[in-house]
Amino acid sequence: MKAEQLKQDWLGNVKGDVLAGIVVALALIPEAIAFSIIAGVDPMVGLYASFCIAVVISIVGGRPGMISAATGAMALVMVDLVADHGLQYLLAATILTGILQILFGIFKLAKVMKFVPRSVMVGFVNALAIMIFTAQLPHFVGETWVMYALVGATLAIIYLFPRLTKAVPSTLMAIIVITAIAVFGNLSVGTVGDMGSIAQQLPVFLIPSIPLTWETLMIIFPYALSLSVIGLLESLLTANIVDDMTDTESNKNKESRGQGIANIVSGFFGGMAGCAMIGQSVINVKSGGSGRLSAFVAGVFLMFLIVVLGGFVVQIPMAALAGVMFMVAISTFDWSSVKNLHKLPRTDAAVMVTTVTIVLITHDLSIGVLAGVLLSAIFFAAKISKVKVTEELDMRMQKRVYQVEGQLFFASVSDFPKKFHFADSVKQVEIDLTHAHLWDDSAVGALDKIEMKFAQNGIEVEYTGLNQASKQLKNRIGGLSNASGH
Amino acid sequence: MFKRILLAVDGSEHSIRSVKYAIELAEKFGGTVDAVYVVDGDTAKKDVLHATDKFEVEKKRKEKIKPVRDELLASGVVFGTHILHGDPGPKIVEFANEREFDCVVIGSRGLNNLQTLILGSVSHKVAKRAACPVLIVK
Repeated sequence: MKAEQLKQDWLGNVKGDVLAGIVVALALIPEAIAFSIIAGVDPMVGLYASFCIAVVISIVGGRPGMISAATGAMALVMVDLVADHGLQYLLAATILTGILQILFGIFKLAKVMKFVPRSVMVGFVNALAIMIFTAQLPHFVGETWVMYALVGATLAIIYLFPRLTKAVPSTLMAIIVITAIAVFGNLSVGTVGDMGSIAQQLPVFLIPSIPLTWETLMIIFPYALSLSVIGLLESLLTANIVDDMTDTESNKNKESRGQGIANIVSGFFGGMAGCAMIGQSVINVKSGGSGRLSAFVAGVFLMFLIVVLGGFVVQIPMAALAGVMFMVAISTFDWSSVKNLHKLPRTDAAVMVTTVTIVLITHDLSIGVLAGVLLSAIFFAAKISKVKVTEELDMRMQKRVYQVEGQLFFASVSDFPKKFHFADSVKQVEIDLTHAHLWDDSAVGALDKIEMKFAQNGIEVEYTGLNQASKQLKNRIGGLSNASGH
Repeated sequence: MFKRILLAVDGSEHSIRSVKYAIELAEKFGGTVDAVYVVDGDTAKKDVLHATDKFEVEKKRKEKIKPVRDELLASGVVFGTHILHGDPGPKIVEFANEREFDCVVIGSRGLNNLQTLILGSVSHKVAKRAACPVLIVK
């Protein structure tokens, strides 16, 4: 059964996978180079990463049909690390990221991702898009109109070329045309060659040359943690999208482990950390890819092209890459969230906007996500902590009945006792908790306090309608506060 | 003549208008209607991003084609609904040709020239490649 499944994963769709893999490889090259430039490293670092990650993930990943490589989200996290400490520390951080992700997989933490609300995820992709966009702006400083014209032409080709044919990725077509214009027109514009060198050789295994000390770990650990969380967040989101597009299921914990293994290999072969890519995975599935073979072909074909065409790659104008990145930003951004912002619940909109704002201020996607999750938790607590108390006087029995409705826990009980009249003329009070639930000792404490205050006025309290869980909690810890008081 | 009618919908106003035509055709010829809604890559991305899990995604899509369902139910015509994944144009054509439908009814989105240039027209693609007659509802 297992061998059969393996055969199906690899050889179930050979023609579609090979063709889609080639298309993805062509579309990956400009992105891998541009993301390297965002991270502040040589283009080879992103290209080696894309090769290693795509190939390794094709073997050990949990979601066939998904494409992983060097990504913008990861590149944005590592900018400061590269600027302050250099490439070797990035490689070490990449390996550590892989180790953390494997641990995430082993401890089945993929499930934890459900605590990231969707408004935070929307904020995450929007912030990512804005940051990819703004990362291109420095390339325009001191440039002439030629740069703007070339970027405009790049975008025009990217969006209009698919009307003619979809066989060749339009981003690649744009790169070829714009490079040809720049080379044959002798335009003096910045090129990829100015940003770093392209080595026309396969990656080799090397151990990052860093001092193996506590200080080193303290430098790379925060980055590795951010990278592993961001990587898994985007990878699992992408896996869900591919699940939906192909109408199939996938193993999320296996995918977490796979991402980890891929990053470890990438780090040892001179590549930066990466993760799954939404855009490329959509291209892959649309082009007919659905098996493991397509990611494998994408990685191998990408490396082949670099080895053969490295000389061409250095001549690509930065304008063409900036144009491609603008397209990536536009398609990453979730436009429907802006269009429907006024229709969303206020709190969801606030969480989304806060996530984006914090990312843009701190330049750190993981801090934005954390802030978004915390803010939604606070909103949730605030929403659920509304407790309604209605009262009714039973004249015959000389008894007042309070009906409590809502969740009683630490955040909701502070105002709770104020809703009762302790200086009452009745002799008996009934607190009906049929529509309430006691969650913690603060809730039990609040009831004890109410009981005590009534007792001070000579009023007897009776509880009704406690559900089983609440009753157990109350019996376990209730009565402690007033027992010790007298 | 038109026994098996394929009705392609996208949940928009335009597509809901085409439902009436499909029903009329089915009533006239004593045929059945199969409504299809195709989820493309970008829609899949948007839907998954905005939902907590796949059950919610499914629920939202069913809600999206609910007006179509309601109208078909009210008409009393024998019908089925399908949610497919892929590129809408080719997917509808593939579905229509494979299952040998007698007619495809599809709404035109009413795009202007520029939008058609960039987005492409699904109804034109279907009209060109489907093996059966295609009714484009404007």
